[in-house]
Amino acid sequence: MGPDLINLTIEEAHALLVAGKISSLELTQAALERIRQTDSQVRAYVTVAEEQALEQARQADERLRSGRNVTPLTGIPFGVKDCISTRGIRTTCSSRILENYIPPYDATVIERLAAAGAVLIGKQNMDEFGMGSSCENSAFFATRNPWNLERVPGGSSGGSAAAVAARQGLFALGEDTGGSIRMPAGFCNVVGLKPTYGRVSRYGLIALASSFDCIGPMARTVTDCAAVLQVIAGHDPRDSTTWNEPVPDYTAALKQPVRGLRLGIPKEYFVAGMEAGVEKALQEAMRTLEKLGLTLHEVSLPHTKYALPVYYLILFAEASANLARFDGVRFGYAAPQASDVIDLYLRTRRDGFGKEVKRRIMLGAYTLSAGYYDAYYLKAQRVRTLLRQDFEKAFAQCDALLAPVCPTTAFRLGEKTGDPLSMYLSDIYVVATNPAGVPALSLPCGFSADMPVGMQLIGRHWSEAVLLQIGHAYQQETDWHLRQPPLD
Amino acid sequence: MTAHFQIDAATVRHMAFLVRVGIRDEEAEAFSPQLSAIIDYFNLLNEVDTSQVPPATQLPGLRNILRPDEVAPSMARADFLANVPCREGKFVRVPAVLSEE
Repeated sequence: MGPDLINLTIEEAHALLVAGKISSLELTQAALERIRQTDSQVRAYVTVAEEQALEQARQADERLRSGRNVTPLTGIPFGVKDCISTRGIRTTCSSRILENYIPPYDATVIERLAAAGAVLIGKQNMDEFGMGSSCENSAFFATRNPWNLERVPGGSSGGSAAAVAARQGLFALGEDTGGSIRMPAGFCNVVGLKPTYGRVSRYGLIALASSFDCIGPMARTVTDCAAVLQVIAGHDPRDSTTWNEPVPDYTAALKQPVRGLRLGIPKEYFVAGMEAGVEKALQEAMRTLEKLGLTLHEVSLPHTKYALPVYYLILFAEASANLARFDGVRFGYAAPQASDVIDLYLRTRRDGFGKEVKRRIMLGAYTLSAGYYDAYYLKAQRVRTLLRQDFEKAFAQCDALLAPVCPTTAFRLGEKTGDPLSMYLSDIYVVATNPAGVPALSLPCGFSADMPVGMQLIGRHWSEAVLLQIGHAYQQETDWHLRQPPLD
Repeated sequence: MTAHFQIDAATVRHMAFLVRVGIRDEEAEAFSPQLSAIIDYFNLLNEVDTSQVPPATQLPGLRNILRPDEVAPSMARADFLANVPCREGKFVRVPAVLSEE
């Protein structure tokens, strides 16, 4: 086993696997060993599926030896956020109510990755049911940022971001409802893509907000994200919100020249309140992109300040509907010795859900209830239309938008847990995209006081290829994404 | 312009019952200021004139996705029942829904 197995990108590992210089078994064993060595500190994984992973690796090696049906992901070890259903492997959403739930089926994305020959090594920690921006709302334990173990990895795909940063697997699947891939990617110095809503099937994703949720790839390079997106993207008859929109060759698109592309800088995203080091990194990134031949100009997204309340209002409403299924009847935790069915529901959900989950679903039901529906839920849906129109108008003048991911770098554990509203405000740059359905790519663009800074490229619907193209060009010119956290 | 919105403990208990989550009195007390602050924050949306704006519902482009009504394999009963907390043979057992009263 070479010392550098854990530092290979998917692209590099694929070349070595195909040439017979390394095996999937070695690669997988190295990832599992890395978890053993580092996860007592990082705590990215809820469940490690060692036996299954080794068996998948052996099968991948046979496939590689035969030379038949080999894909860019054959033999590559990866992990997934624990809200994605994996047959026979415990899937918890980091909640006590699903602590022992074992799905009887695979999500579509899992089936596609298995068909490609990728090797699933485990399930990654998250904020409970995706409700959070720091991974501190997990009912089990908080994941730590590999760059500074006293700090959060971001959320809610915190375990996935931390795992990729810590080299525990070559990529991960995260899920983004309002920044949950992009924000932890930014905090952990990895690349994360929120695809267009409807680009990737949600069949098998345990739903948070059904009109916002998007599964997406997280990896160390833009090239690697493109390779994963290629496998998971596409229409799925089992998810009627997926489109028949053709899937382009994302890997080939990476090489398209970026000279002449127009980047819009939304002025509402660059106001006072950003950490100085974050602002500086973004300004430097803008200069790099100009050097690459892109033209930058200011645009306006006038309803930006309403994005947070619109997002949270609709989120709470949809989440309260989606979490109604956790009732102790067909699966999951059930309170023992319930006197009647109402008692079963009340005690199961009292004991199974954490505080943040309770707050959100209560608020959701309240805003949907008689007397409040028009003032809150319907109002938010109307302002949502305006948010969408803001993006449409901006994209008439440019090919993509450039924005920060978060006003600060990773904050300390416990810093924001006392005040739920303060935690919500850290999402300010990432929440407008999901109500509009547009795609966004988060990638490393520098450091501020030794902590990673991420930037966001936001695009029109179905423009993932453009975002990846720009991101790839940027990564040819910079090396932020190659830095490694001081873990060892 | 907008009054500070208060959700008192009694309203919290009502909200909890709407979502069938049992909460204790001290939780209702603790949630009251937190939920009040959040609902108060939502009132920011009242600044926006939406009198001529339709609500966004489905993302544009999708309508009435249909498929032929054909029988196909779905899930083996044993797989479905494996996760049921309280079973009786092939039945899912639940406490009484209706009482005698």
